[in-house]
Amino acid sequence: MSASDHRPGAVLNGSEAFPHRHLTGIAGLQPHEIMFLLDEAEQWVEANKERGRLSDRLAGLTQINAFFENSTRTLLSFEIAGKRLGADVVNMHAAQSSVKKGETLIDTAVTLNAMRADVIVIRHGSSGAVQLIADKVDCPVLNAGDGWHEHPTQALLDALTIRRRRGAVAGQRVVICGDILHSRVARSNMLALTALAAEVRVVAPSTLMPAEVERMGVTPFSDFDAALEGADVVMMLRLQNERMSGGFIPSTREFHMRYGLTPERLERARPDALVMHPGPMNRGVEITSSVADDKQRSAITEQVAMGVAVRMACLDVLTRHERGVEGWA
Amino acid sequence: MKRLFTNARLVLSDHIAEGSLLVDGDTIAAVGTVEAPSDAETVDVGGLLLAPAIVDLGVFAMDKAAMRAGGIARIGLMPDQSPILDGPGIIQRASAMGKPELWVHPIAAATAGLEGKDLGEMAINAEAGARAVATGRRWIADSGMMRKVLAYARDCGLAVIAHAEDAGLTGNAVATSGETATRLGLPAAPAIAEALAIARDLMLAEETGAQLHFRNVTTAGGFDLIRAAKRAGMPVTCGITPAHLLLSDVAMTDFRTFAHLSPPLRSEADRQAALRALGEGTIDVIGSGHDPRGPEEKRLPFADASPGMAGAETLLALSLGLVRDEVLTIERLFALLAANPARILGLSTGTLEVGHPADLILVNADAPWQIQADRMAAKAGNTPFDGLPVQGKTVALFKGGTEVL
Repeated sequence: MSASDHRPGAVLNGSEAFPHRHLTGIAGLQPHEIMFLLDEAEQWVEANKERGRLSDRLAGLTQINAFFENSTRTLLSFEIAGKRLGADVVNMHAAQSSVKKGETLIDTAVTLNAMRADVIVIRHGSSGAVQLIADKVDCPVLNAGDGWHEHPTQALLDALTIRRRRGAVAGQRVVICGDILHSRVARSNMLALTALAAEVRVVAPSTLMPAEVERMGVTPFSDFDAALEGADVVMMLRLQNERMSGGFIPSTREFHMRYGLTPERLERARPDALVMHPGPMNRGVEITSSVADDKQRSAITEQVAMGVAVRMACLDVLTRHERGVEGWA
Repeated sequence: MKRLFTNARLVLSDHIAEGSLLVDGDTIAAVGTVEAPSDAETVDVGGLLLAPAIVDLGVFAMDKAAMRAGGIARIGLMPDQSPILDGPGIIQRASAMGKPELWVHPIAAATAGLEGKDLGEMAINAEAGARAVATGRRWIADSGMMRKVLAYARDCGLAVIAHAEDAGLTGNAVATSGETATRLGLPAAPAIAEALAIARDLMLAEETGAQLHFRNVTTAGGFDLIRAAKRAGMPVTCGITPAHLLLSDVAMTDFRTFAHLSPPLRSEADRQAALRALGEGTIDVIGSGHDPRGPEEKRLPFADASPGMAGAETLLALSLGLVRDEVLTIERLFALLAANPARILGLSTGTLEVGHPADLILVNADAPWQIQADRMAAKAGNTPFDGLPVQGKTVALFKGGTEVL
């Protein structure tokens, strides 16, 4: 089936709906599998507005968040998601731990495995690192970002936000602007949104655009204004500090001049266009405060809320086999 | 001691001939139709190919077991060793290391410590046994320094073996720019990094009159430049590995670190250009680039893993596949595997000529087998061809007339 004729409830049941052991990326997922995760997340969106623990379906299960790269928001989001499902959540800040002492990634994976985690959430600075660990452990692994490669839960929460705000993902003209070259958020979003039949435009100066990106089914632009014409969704990426000066762009002010999302520039998009940003924002660089804080247009805080719901859904779905849920055992 | 190989298919420089070959001591004494001397041991090889043993130019490890299994009698050892081959003591030691069955011909560091700053002691190193000089795994970024390397090497009568990747473009890249690197999120450099480096070095070689060999040329742009330089009569040569002829960058999919090579695997269009360049004679050498890397260097995220492949024992079988695919003839293949690399190293070997050392291999060109990474003779089994069924096996290897396999 294609994403456009998706009907909730009419999809496959049980493990047939999502036959993957790990979530290492959007690549390899079928459109209906992405839709299944979004549908699963819906139940938590409303429930998350209540106070306290929401469910005990992960009670007695240990969730290890192994973050080999510093993160505040994603780590917190996964921690809250796990706790709301009743899991025992342990955070491992591997960026400061034995990894620095020369322990190899494989050794770390074996150690994590020996601790008998029931689900492991991993962020790592190298592309492919999460897959490497997933191949070595006996429990489901969730990719919370690996190098420039993928950040699948971010793409899922973005798709959920778009679907809820715009009614559907299919047919939406989504403009993703910023450092596409070094962005795992951009890669996962390109895969997820094209799989769900959105029209995706990616915008970056040519120094920050990956080669042959059009082979991923998206249209590259270096002119932000041209790309914005008729946009339904404008997704801004964070410009990393280390790229701000030197080789890739001349200066942040020049970047802002050409690629900053200002109210004037946003005029080119559809009047009801949605503004998104994975956070944390560099206000005044890729986005001005007046756009970011515009309650009508900006979905930025909503994205954060969707993040918890999507991560709850992923943790739930991936552990169903281990928990012996009917149809998943 | 004399030994007469009869009933052989002799791989001569321009054709295959059925006949015999007589070895006297460590030397080839007669080729073709040979009267059996009364004091010779006669060996009927049953119609197998009798070919010059492989001279593997530009390997990174002296891995005897792998070389023996691959039918390799001599290697041109890259200076990127620990310690670096940039002094007479270490070069003498390296020359002696493999004897008697494997002769190591050290390639000295073109610049001291391979740092690209000061000239290496080329004449002293040559006297100690070095057969060429090389820039190592790296390109010399400073054009003035590269010019001095080429000019001085010419004075010493040594070929310069260059690595052709413009370091300014490659930076920390581990892949060729393209769809695969983009999907995997890997640091990548455009393929023209190679042609850029070749263009500069060719100009410097023309100006200095140096003999220049590019260890690995892998792109259409690179071959165009080499082809033009050869037509202009320049003494330039180039090599390639079977991996760059048989695999494209798609082989990196799923972060397969065994496909992390230097130079990186290229696009399918460049691979096709490499096959054409091989067929038309632009490529002079096929080498293994043998560089065994254990799991501690390969079981890492792709960009953190070391580049390189264990290629020695798959070199012949993969190359014979190119003959079966009619890219080149078998006699031409052995020019690329033995005669040409020997010539670049200034060695009188690599052909079945009377007076040459009896470095020979008996090859069953049809014998089927499967490449298995965990069953290789090499120090590590990092082959990008794991699981591939191939044909062609070295049945016996003779170094200086002595059977070593």
